[in-house]
Amino acid sequence: MPIPINEILVAVILLNFFILGTSRLGTCIMAVASQGILLALLPPLVHGVNGHSVLLSVGALSIKGVVIPWLLFRAIRRVRIRREVEPRIGYIASLLLSALITTAAFLFADRLPLLPLHIHSFFIPVALSTLGAGFLLLITRRKAITQVLGYLVFENGIFIFGILLVEAMPLMVEAGVLLDMLVAIFVMGIVMNHINREFSTINTEHLSLLKE
Amino acid sequence: MTETISTFFIHLLLLFGLSPLLAGVIARTKALVAGRQGPPVTQLYRDIWKLFRKEMVISETTTWVFRAGPLVGFAVPILAALLVPFGAMHAPLSFTGDAILFVYLLALARFFTILAALDTGSSFEGMGAAREATFSALAEPAIFVAFIVLAHTSGSLTLSSMLRPGPGGELFHGPSSMSLLLVSFSLFIILLAENCRIPFDDPNTHLELTMIHEVMVLDHSGPDLGLILYGAALKLLLSSALVLNLVLPSSGNDLVDTLVFIAGLLLLAVCIGLVESAMARLRLIRIPQLLVGTTMLSFFALLLIVR
Amino acid sequence: MHLYAIFALPFLGALAAALLPSERFRPLLIPAVGLLHAYYSLRLAFAPQPYPPDAMLGLDALGRLILLVVSLLFAASSLYAVGYFRTHPTWGNRIFIVCLLVFLGAMSLAAAARNFGLLWVAVEATTVISAPLIYFNRNRLSIEATWKYLLICSVGIALAMLGLMFVAYAGLQAGQGPGLQIDRMLAEAGLLSKPWLRTGFVFLLVGFGTKMGLAPLHTWKPDAYGEAPGLVGALLAGGLTSVSLLAVLRALQIMTAAGEDILARQFLLILGILSLIFAAIFVIRQRDIKRMLAYSSVEHMGILAVGLAVGKLAAYGAMFHVMNNALTKGALFMCAGNIHRYFGSKRMCETRGAAAALPWSATLFLIGFLAITGSPPFGPFISQLTIIRGIFDGGNVLLGIGFPFLLLIIFIGMSTTVMPVVLAPAEADPSPGEGAKETWLTVLSPLLLMSAVLVLGLSLPEPLRRLFQEAADLIEVGP
Repeated sequence: MPIPINEILVAVILLNFFILGTSRLGTCIMAVASQGILLALLPPLVHGVNGHSVLLSVGALSIKGVVIPWLLFRAIRRVRIRREVEPRIGYIASLLLSALITTAAFLFADRLPLLPLHIHSFFIPVALSTLGAGFLLLITRRKAITQVLGYLVFENGIFIFGILLVEAMPLMVEAGVLLDMLVAIFVMGIVMNHINREFSTINTEHLSLLKE
Repeated sequence: MTETISTFFIHLLLLFGLSPLLAGVIARTKALVAGRQGPPVTQLYRDIWKLFRKEMVISETTTWVFRAGPLVGFAVPILAALLVPFGAMHAPLSFTGDAILFVYLLALARFFTILAALDTGSSFEGMGAAREATFSALAEPAIFVAFIVLAHTSGSLTLSSMLRPGPGGELFHGPSSMSLLLVSFSLFIILLAENCRIPFDDPNTHLELTMIHEVMVLDHSGPDLGLILYGAALKLLLSSALVLNLVLPSSGNDLVDTLVFIAGLLLLAVCIGLVESAMARLRLIRIPQLLVGTTMLSFFALLLIVR
Repeated sequence: MHLYAIFALPFLGALAAALLPSERFRPLLIPAVGLLHAYYSLRLAFAPQPYPPDAMLGLDALGRLILLVVSLLFAASSLYAVGYFRTHPTWGNRIFIVCLLVFLGAMSLAAAARNFGLLWVAVEATTVISAPLIYFNRNRLSIEATWKYLLICSVGIALAMLGLMFVAYAGLQAGQGPGLQIDRMLAEAGLLSKPWLRTGFVFLLVGFGTKMGLAPLHTWKPDAYGEAPGLVGALLAGGLTSVSLLAVLRALQIMTAAGEDILARQFLLILGILSLIFAAIFVIRQRDIKRMLAYSSVEHMGILAVGLAVGKLAAYGAMFHVMNNALTKGALFMCAGNIHRYFGSKRMCETRGAAAALPWSATLFLIGFLAITGSPPFGPFISQLTIIRGIFDGGNVLLGIGFPFLLLIIFIGMSTTVMPVVLAPAEADPSPGEGAKETWLTVLSPLLLMSAVLVLGLSLPEPLRRLFQEAADLIEVGP
């Protein structure tokens, strides 16, 4: 049985498209969660089963795949928002943009000075296009919660790149990174709740009181 | 020479004989999933037979275009079917570039259906025609990109070799396996779109606001309607053959392969039935999204193989 | 031993604050921790301890400088915090104080981190933990500011993480064992793959530059500083920016060690000058005193970046300026907080004539304004002058003329806001008892800070001068 690394990475890109194209908030959260779970499988597959990679995998799985989605679902239940994504630019435009980004990522990745081991590997282009998709979500979505999702997708892109560098990071640092992310999402969830209480919406376009 | 002629006839026999059955299987599957008995699987044969014996009512405001619509809609799938291999059976006609002809033939049929709908002068049918035109314009890039992927992997522009990636189900092992998998999936979605199945269109509904295809043929009756129904069934078989050729492994034995192909057709019909039972029709506004998404899928498959 | 005290103290303090039930006595934990922390930091700062080459934690001259700056600022503002909570005895302060202490711990951790990954974690922790501090006033404006701060800085920090990974990849490609231990990276910097290193530096600069508030990545700054309590503004503008600067300095160190310092300096120069220009544009006719201070902070980050970009003498000036900026900005924000609380507004037109109502705060605000804009005899004057001298030494006359010119514009811009606030006759007497008067605690902190800035300007203590010099030398170490 060949190790399905490339298949997982392709699935990650398809999930990017899906997240950008779907209109339901709940589905969006589920998709981000499953992307996190897929990514959590990668460290042991790439680096073999050892203490470090397994711990990273378990940590990522529980935080990206379970705790954060749970926090987000709790957040949308609490603030009782409309379960629609409401993008600033249309879904089709976002899809086309993300296709452009993905193409650029694939073309660009082959021109990078990579290690011989990583030439033609899927890791770099997938990481780049996931970063792009995350950025796109951050910029083009109106709701606070979808911006958080964008941030998560962006983090996933970094995580993909980081898998190549598992040995470079001490476990403590990786734990710290994941923990920081968790607390960040937790705090964002609380802030979101307060935004909703103050403005009766979590549409961030209403956050325009402060300007020059 | 005799072999070519016999292939030709078997091809047409399969096409004409089997196509109404598929629609029946889909309807039956949906009925069973819903816990109903459902019509017999041969219902469509009987419907068509009944319609051919009826007389036709034709509106006075229409012209010859109105009559031409069903005829073209029936004739074109037959022509297109000659270009597509059915499992082990080679396509009776094949030449370089026939993939492009294939797409344009389908477009031609749609063009005439739309014209015939517009010819009635009814605003209602005009609305259906507008929708059909919009969505097919979005579906066509998806087919083209999928075909480009197939052309690239097979190194040929002939449907016969494009749709046969290799003996023994190369789909799941070869270097471009992932792209082919994605392409088969997007061809399946295109199948649903082209044949007006859920989640694009509901073939059973006659609700004004949601219809796309059904609304265009409302004014047809008798043999014309029969031709339309038969043409639709042919098209369904044709699109299924596209997907099946990619997915099915071939054993080398022609008879076995043909039987496997027929079994595959029926299985695919069951799958369509299951999809239709599991999903709801999409809101009209979401359909372009799905079609563009399908194009993206094919496009991504292309990206994977050309990099 | 002392090294661990600087993390253990704030975290233990935070734990105690979380457990202590009394709302009245809890604020006293802040000066207790702050003063002890300052004591240990002072000992660490002037008595360098060697650390093993592969250590996760350790203090080099840069780390000691930043630790000292953060710790002194925190200790001074801890008194203010007690006074602040005395004036608002009914406000719940548990979360605020816990976050404040953890914030101090995270900043100390960043100063002492010898692993780039750990540094990142600490800086990200400061972002997350300071969000509740900004939101302390609990109104629409502060929630908006908090959201922008949290999102922009998180994304910025994520970009920095990406940069970090690129640098790590550069190491992987050099064939050296991958790792983010700073000393090892410095030692083997020459081997790093150049394209990845350069890209990594750009991302690191953009990421941590967002956190520093370098233009054009400063957009969160006026909002966050404007809406945060004065105390938090002081710690953000003086402490957090210094810690982020440290992260940028680490990246610069690696670039210099790899012989890529020219590129790094160009980028720093561009961002620095942009910051000065942005600050000059937005500080003019700025009606809101806290937002004005925020733009002043953008300006000073620009000054630091320019100083670092020019190098040599200017780098020394920049190190000196880190301390001057932190202490002065701290005093200014606390005074602005006093004015804000008394008038219930931070708009210029509603806070006229503060000198009559709040003699100490207003006077200190005026003095702080003079100091921060580089008037003699205060510390910033000396450090800015040193940077300008460094620029001329480097032979860049155009920059040497343009730089003071921009500072002058900012001085004029700020004075049109500060002067009416402090000196104009009060338009209408606010009814007595409406706003909170200044107390000796809320005045003592800025007073202490301003006297320190004055001392720095009049005669720089020799140990401090040596510390600045050592820190500047660290940045200048070539391949």
